[in-house]
Amino acid sequence: MMNYYTDISEIKFELEQSELMPRIVELKERSFEDKDQYDEAPQDFADAMDSYDKVLDVVGDIVANVVAPNAEEVDAEGPHHENGRVRYASKTYENLAAMNHAGLNGMTMPRRYGGLNLPVTVYTAANEIVSAGDAGFENIWSLQDCIETLYCFGNEEQRQKYIPRVCKGETMSMDLTEPDAGSDLQSVMLKATFDEENNCWRLNGAKRFITNGDSDIHLVLARSEAGTRDGRGLSMFIYDKRDGGVDVRRIENKLGIHGSPTCELVYKNAKCELCGDRKLGLIKYVMSLMNGARLGIAAQSVGLSQAAYNEAVAYAKDRKQFGKAIIEFPAVQEMISNIKARLDAGRALLYQTARYVDIYKALEDISRDRKLTPEERAELKQYSKLADAFTPLAKGMNSEYANQNAYDCIQVHGGSGFMLEYACQRIYRDARITSIYEGTTQLQTVAAIRYVTNGFYSQVIQEMEKDLPQPSLKGRESSPFKGELERVFAMAEKFNACTAAVKETGDQDVLDLCARHLYEMAADIIMCHLLMQNAAKSPELFGESLRNYVRLAQAEVEKHNCWIKNTLGE
Amino acid sequence: MSLKIVVLAKQVPDTRNVGPDAMTPEGTVNRSALPAIFNPEDLNALEQALRLKDQFPGTTVTVVTMGPGRAAEVIREAMYRGADGGYLLTDRAFAGADTLATSYALATAIKHVCPNVDLIIGGRQAIDGDTAQVGPQVAEKLGLNQITYVEEIQTLSNSPLKGEEKKSPFKGDLEGLSIVVKRHIDGGVETVESPLPCVLTVNGSAAPCRPRNVKRVMKYKRCLAPMELPQGTGFGDLPYAAEYEKKPYLKLGQLSCADVNADLQQCGLAGSPTKVKNVENIVFKAKESKVLTGSDEDVNGLIKELLNERLIG
Repeated sequence: MMNYYTDISEIKFELEQSELMPRIVELKERSFEDKDQYDEAPQDFADAMDSYDKVLDVVGDIVANVVAPNAEEVDAEGPHHENGRVRYASKTYENLAAMNHAGLNGMTMPRRYGGLNLPVTVYTAANEIVSAGDAGFENIWSLQDCIETLYCFGNEEQRQKYIPRVCKGETMSMDLTEPDAGSDLQSVMLKATFDEENNCWRLNGAKRFITNGDSDIHLVLARSEAGTRDGRGLSMFIYDKRDGGVDVRRIENKLGIHGSPTCELVYKNAKCELCGDRKLGLIKYVMSLMNGARLGIAAQSVGLSQAAYNEAVAYAKDRKQFGKAIIEFPAVQEMISNIKARLDAGRALLYQTARYVDIYKALEDISRDRKLTPEERAELKQYSKLADAFTPLAKGMNSEYANQNAYDCIQVHGGSGFMLEYACQRIYRDARITSIYEGTTQLQTVAAIRYVTNGFYSQVIQEMEKDLPQPSLKGRESSPFKGELERVFAMAEKFNACTAAVKETGDQDVLDLCARHLYEMAADIIMCHLLMQNAAKSPELFGESLRNYVRLAQAEVEKHNCWIKNTLGE
Repeated sequence: MSLKIVVLAKQVPDTRNVGPDAMTPEGTVNRSALPAIFNPEDLNALEQALRLKDQFPGTTVTVVTMGPGRAAEVIREAMYRGADGGYLLTDRAFAGADTLATSYALATAIKHVCPNVDLIIGGRQAIDGDTAQVGPQVAEKLGLNQITYVEEIQTLSNSPLKGEEKKSPFKGDLEGLSIVVKRHIDGGVETVESPLPCVLTVNGSAAPCRPRNVKRVMKYKRCLAPMELPQGTGFGDLPYAAEYEKKPYLKLGQLSCADVNADLQQCGLAGSPTKVKNVENIVFKAKESKVLTGSDEDVNGLIKELLNERLIG
């Protein structure tokens, strides 16, 4: 590919074609108040959109010419563990230098700290694009969004100390997991004690599975309240590598994302700063950190799906059997159109989530400077809830799709795909982690299930049914996607019936058992609607994917319906 | 210490991905069928200039390019990557220039815009003409030393050079300093030193150019040369017209033949002794063919041959 952004029209479509975008830009740019102070700040909405397009063009160019060509070598070499430090694969430094020269760091941070003040939606697009070139490198680079948490909860002194450094390219990590605290972060035991003599906090203990664990600036979850055992005794700390005290004990040997060093860390009386208030580390700050990270993994997953699609199409067009290119065989075609359908549907969900996050985050940021109006407060509440409900859908579904797409991509390659000479094997290995880290799909279900039981997803779906996109979908009868529309309506009825039946049992165990199925039903239906909205605006880009996706989704919903009915009937 | 650097750059048709309509029936380049790009080796040259700017803060990098209005894109591209500004040398009188007339125009422009230049850096050659003549001719016209096929600038040094220095009518600020560079030669590299000011032409094997910086892209995206405006309009007629008043850097420098006091007889067609007499289409035919078997000996022989021909490496 010549450019990983301009060559993929769907990304630009997602960026430009949403009715929410003018509101996002207005909020993020605070009615364009920076324009007289910063030369690079936009003058108005159109100017901002033009700048976003140009920024992503640079990202797409670097990925095509630096990151993607380096991917195989980075994967083969991997990072090195030397004297308690990490040395990246040599080409990783080349990738980082390119990103730093381009100034693609601190992308969402305000300009006064040296950031680019880009909406989360634009950063998400950049994330997806980098991941399509090398998901392992994306892992390192995208940890820059930890700075969002420091910006939200750190004090002004910390903001001024750390944000400009991240904007200049210093890397970050979030040190959460420990040997006995993975999914269950309440069990974190890393000890934080206050050193009265030096008037600072100290960390002692160990962390495990820390992505990019030798980073410049760490956000660390540690137990500050001696004697406690649950989440309420945990606080968040900032560790600055310049202060020393944290060493890398080992680097994990992983199935995929080889470019990204996963570290075991030892803290020996490491000096650190408290970020925000004591005891809110897990219950407030890490929850915020994780929501951002989950959106990041959703973007990484979509990038991997795009890569899988690219590789599958390229191979199927090139490979000839029985006298013709294998893409001409329906059995191969079906695999490729399924990849594309899941890619387009998942991408629509990703960007809708990013837009919801943008609106509530921008309003939250404004609320730090002035009191919001009652309308703004209502808007904040609405979008914050939507973001919270959509994030686990976007992360869970896209990561599962990335795995399915990578699997199909290898299948399209046949025997060659099983050899280690095509990119599909790396994509397959890299995709595997996406449905595990930052909360497994099972934990995404846990985060989402209350929106099933409290009827929020049903309500969202109902509004989408009422609010069919104009003008081609006005009215069920005259829609060019009438058949699809009818089937999506029927799927929603099944979802509602299943939800009601499960709730009727009043049995928590039954609900837990059926949760994944209900979660997927809601996600499938929402993605059908989002894809339909896209297809209404651009039938040439999304029409075929819509038809294929509704076919897939209907079969999935039917499967879950059947499974739940049989389970309840037992 | 800071330097004044001029980078010579050219907008060229992208001849690396040529389709069937790349040539007109008359045998000239069909420019509309090929995307216009920054000449690749000029990007290598720009990178060398930007590295000096990184190393010596205060250094200015000015791009000079000759061409029609749209060639100003080269100046913007260079500014996105770190150049301070540039000049579009544009005039009907420059049209049809061969390498002699081009280097005359460029040398005249450099004298005009940067009389105390310390270093002039250009790509080895452009991918449309492939002559590699312009850089050296600019050096000759300015009476400066030249180092061709540069791969890397190593240091600036103030140790006096042995031997007689080339007399130059052209005084840079850093007279007495010299530059040490590695240049590409057949089968190796050569390290050479020259007093400043001098002209370097950079080889494609030098470091690739850094990417565009997004903040600079957003800042400079509206930069325009007057020549790019629709006929009969001014900066005041553009969208965001007030911006051009507030931010003078948005108006790119533009120079005509008269602006640089160029002698019309030495410009454009009039100043070009080179005349294209005839263009022939060449169809490659296999002169001789060789049959290879799958034996180790044949395969090894083929590998050796390809290595020697530098087809693989």
